Amino acid sequence: MSAYTATVTVRLKRGVLDPEAETTKRALERLGFELEALRSTDRFEVDLDAADADAAAERAEEMAERLLANPTIHDYDVDVAARE
Amino acid sequence: MIAVVRFGGSNCDRDAVRALDAVGVDAEIVWHEDGLPADTDGVVIPGGFSYGDYLRAGAMAARSPIMDDVRAAAESGTPVLGICNGAQIGCEGGLTPGAFTTNRSARFQCEHVHLRVENADTPWTRAYDEGDVVEFPIAHGEGRFEIPDAELAAVEDENRVLFRYCDADGTVTDKANPNGSKHNVAGLLGADETIAVMMPHPERAALPLLGRTDGQGVLEAFA
Repeated sequence: MSAYTATVTVRLKRGVLDPEAETTKRALERLGFELEALRSTDRFEVDLDAADADAAAERAEEMAERLLANPTIHDYDVDVAARE
Repeated sequence: MIAVVRFGGSNCDRDAVRALDAVGVDAEIVWHEDGLPADTDGVVIPGGFSYGDYLRAGAMAARSPIMDDVRAAAESGTPVLGICNGAQIGCEGGLTPGAFTTNRSARFQCEHVHLRVENADTPWTRAYDEGDVVEFPIAHGEGRFEIPDAELAAVEDENRVLFRYCDADGTVTDKANPNGSKHNVAGLLGADETIAVMMPHPERAALPLLGRTDGQGVLEAFA
């Protein structure tokens, strides 16, 4: 078994309204910034031990499917890195 | 006996029991860790802020052990109603399709809304006629109904929309949509007509002392 950190990034599917991101964008514009769009995401860093990186990714993907993301409105991606 | 499931953070559980009592239905609060009693004839998942809305509204409660009991009861035909946070839990837990997420306004909204009865041929709407306009309160920050277009088309084809947000005359307009819900959907059925969720609160429109009693019709499904 090796130590990994699986980073799960959960974001709204394209086309799903994100009112909090819209509000944040407007606030940035009020502060004088120029920007085209802003998307917010949730990022989870999961420390886990697994046989290899693929197994770690597979487990993290199942976590995303079953809890961390809501597949009705979210897409997600998983990035696995070795952990010291 | 109707089980009103209380999670940590539920806050409409007692209102639901009192409203059910007003329509002559025997109901009890059931703590989620105790599981559903053997004599459960129906289930209400009440409103509130279960688990502090951690992760997403309803996400944690939907994966708690009692929801296995609730899903099993629902599959065997026991009526199940999710109201507000209970609706969020129902969608998160797969009892009903779609998801309830952040209001278009990005604000918590507490107000009275008009609803048009879309399908009066269900246990939850039998007291009404199709096209009737009822007035229920809403109180939510995450009530915007989201669902992929193809799934919504299937739900509509199967006549599973119970209520849509409308104006006082019963016209479904964007202006009358308080939270940006797709096609103004305020409540819908699950796979069976005995499973329903809705963001508006019928139990807060059920006591004569408080004025309107439009919500009694929904609760009469348990009678």
